[in-house]
Amino acid sequence: MSFQEIAILILISLLLGLLIRRGHRENLLLVSSMVFIYWLQPGMSLRYLSFWLPTATLCLTMISWAITAQPEIRKKSKNIWTSVLIIIFVIGAGLVRYLDLGELLGFLHPPRLGQIFLFLIAVMGFFLILLNTKRISSGALWGFFSGLIFIFIIIKTPYLSQQASAVWRTLAGQSAALARTEEIRWLGFSYLAFRILHTIRDRQSGRLPDITLREYMIYIIFFPSFIAGPIDRVQNFIKDICQTTSTYQEDVIKGGERLIVGLFKKFVIADSLSIIALNNQNAIQANSTLGSWILLYSFSLQIFFDFSGYTDIAIGLGNLLNIHLPENFKQPYLKPNLTQFWNNWHITLTNWFRTYFFYPLSRTMRKSRRYSAFMILMISQISTMILVGLWHGVTESFVIWGLWHGLGLLVQNRWSSFAKSKIVQLEESFFLKGAINVIGIFFTFHYVTLGWIWFVLPEPSQGWIFIKSLFGAA
Amino acid sequence: MEENVNIKRLLAKTLILLALLTFGLIPLIKDDLGKVSLYNLFVPGRYRFPYGENPDQSFNMSLFNLEANFASHEVSDQRNSSNEFRVFLIGDSSVWGTLLKPEETLAGQLNNLGMHMPDGTPIRFFNLGYPTLSLAKDLLFLEESLEFQPDLIIWLLTLESFPDDKQLTSPIVSHNYHKFSSLINHYDIDLNSDDEVFSETTYWDQTLIGQQRNLADIFRLQFYGVMWGITGIDQHYPQDYEAAKRNFEEDTTFHDWDKGDIISDDLAYHLLNSGYKIAGKTPILLVNEPILISSGMNSDLRYNYYYPIWAYDQYRQNMQELSKENGWYYQDLWNLIAEEEFTNTAIHFTPKGVGILSERISEMIMEQIGKQPLN
Repeated sequence: MSFQEIAILILISLLLGLLIRRGHRENLLLVSSMVFIYWLQPGMSLRYLSFWLPTATLCLTMISWAITAQPEIRKKSKNIWTSVLIIIFVIGAGLVRYLDLGELLGFLHPPRLGQIFLFLIAVMGFFLILLNTKRISSGALWGFFSGLIFIFIIIKTPYLSQQASAVWRTLAGQSAALARTEEIRWLGFSYLAFRILHTIRDRQSGRLPDITLREYMIYIIFFPSFIAGPIDRVQNFIKDICQTTSTYQEDVIKGGERLIVGLFKKFVIADSLSIIALNNQNAIQANSTLGSWILLYSFSLQIFFDFSGYTDIAIGLGNLLNIHLPENFKQPYLKPNLTQFWNNWHITLTNWFRTYFFYPLSRTMRKSRRYSAFMILMISQISTMILVGLWHGVTESFVIWGLWHGLGLLVQNRWSSFAKSKIVQLEESFFLKGAINVIGIFFTFHYVTLGWIWFVLPEPSQGWIFIKSLFGAA
Repeated sequence: MEENVNIKRLLAKTLILLALLTFGLIPLIKDDLGKVSLYNLFVPGRYRFPYGENPDQSFNMSLFNLEANFASHEVSDQRNSSNEFRVFLIGDSSVWGTLLKPEETLAGQLNNLGMHMPDGTPIRFFNLGYPTLSLAKDLLFLEESLEFQPDLIIWLLTLESFPDDKQLTSPIVSHNYHKFSSLINHYDIDLNSDDEVFSETTYWDQTLIGQQRNLADIFRLQFYGVMWGITGIDQHYPQDYEAAKRNFEEDTTFHDWDKGDIISDDLAYHLLNSGYKIAGKTPILLVNEPILISSGMNSDLRYNYYYPIWAYDQYRQNMQELSKENGWYYQDLWNLIAEEEFTNTAIHFTPKGVGILSERISEMIMEQIGKQPLN
């Protein structure tokens, strides 16, 4: 997001923060979030897709609510009104095609209204059937779950994404030969998928609270955290939607602090570091070992300040709207081991994978009694980290990055078990304790930083050449 | 969070702090801001001035702060200045070296010749070319460069830098209004310091907010300096470029003039005299730089895209006469380089073309040293 876009978000959040205290809190949050997902959706050369993708976001969210909500909640009339509001909003967005609004809403590029009506009739029909279904089967939940994963794989796999783009181009009457990798840019889909999958799994385990369609929609598409997280748990989020917990003045001060910090991190530190950060182009241009290390350190710091800056901005915007989003980064580069690093880096994502993949997998393996404790740990840890890697993109490099961290966590776990008693003795000395901590921070930071090579360079072979250049061997 | 935070007091304090930062820093950022630099300290000085529109690929950028331009250049590193004979090359993009690597530029190739003074002092050439065609711009750089102790200045010229209307339209000149107007007044230069291209700076322009673009540019220049240090790249070299035009329409115009007109009254020859005045005791060698002499269609009317034959010949004639009259040391190398050694314009050379020019200039320098010691 550009500085101007964030400035607009801040101004509107300040205004909304005032208005929501005077009533219509939920409606205002829902409508503003719907406006922003259309506004922030990047333009694409694929015809009408910049309209269809945010529309699909809304429809997917409606349907996911319908299959996860309890029957007695589904039947409440206010849910019908919310769905009507959403439909009216989508039709309103579609009408932009016929209004001469120039650049004001020119980014929407909607198709003909007839197509929108047909689509909405189909979605509403399906939605109403779901509302009147007494019991949603487990198979339906798993089917929807798999469908989301399927879309995710298509978007994140370069080859499949290009094929999907070619298919869309053919359907839209464009040249399929011009289809490119990563041409389909679905704003916020990763986070949308994580939140929906979280509600499906919590519904399956009976932990999902009773929430209305409007609350669910706000949770999924809440605009401050829609693009870059954090991934709040619906249970926490709902509490904030339902009640005002602090005064506007307090929220403005608290949110203002976070916004200033976030904007500084993102637009001053991260954007400056991006000039000297490792990338595909400069990896082969560095002409010295020192130069290669500078590029790598810069990337390591840039990705942290960029991402944590965005999180600060999201939390700050949330504060202005009296919604308290969870922390996502807690000084991760100052942690003495890899486990603690992951407990403090992109915390909400790590927690998501821990809750919905790592624990269930290790539990299942333990129950089967076929694996040793070490095997369970190894398989669970490595597969979890590979999945985290694949979340960033289905490529070899991200698999290696995940493997790098999975193995690192495993080795660190074994080392900690092995050295625990010895270290406890050494830590009796204040000086030695400090020294061990500093050494731990040093190694952890460098391990994570070296891992970024696989993350940033698209080809593993390029990563290997760069690693050699760091040690003067290229 | 503290419960009793008073938002009015907080706003008042914020405004006071903002006002202090905005106005209190004026003395600090007014004059010497551009001199603060990582170059020549933590990263190597650049071989040529920062210039470029494609920073992501060239690790270079254009900025108008003259001090920052010089601070990022190796010429500012004066640690060896007393042990070398310093020759500054001033001129346009042909000196700066469009499409040439630093070592392929005129200064780079002259340095590769490893020239020495008769007493053994090494001769070191500095590329102070800047890609704008304007003698006024050259004067601005010449004056600023004197701080860095040149022993000899070689000023490369071409007719396109001479028309009066080209002098003040160079962005770097108009953005350095104070410097250039004081130059005009101090050396009695026949240019209008009230020209509309100069927008008078206000007090507000000097504040932190007024200077934000300048500050951001200087800040970014330091980061690009790190990349310059790491990669040695300071220009984007496209794999393909459009070659300079060789075939022309049947057109004999030059700016607003046509064949038969006398152009000398509207060319800023007087700025060459101003250059000598500004340089004082530092000798200046004037060189009419080579141009592309086309053999294509209508080459009987035009030498190249810039110059019809009648205008260019008139200019050469004027320069010969004026240099005799004023006692300038002047070399006319207009036809030194063959047509095929030009790249994307009629004044940009291939590395081989630059090699020919550097050989000729080195001979010129040694010849001059033989006649009359330059240091």
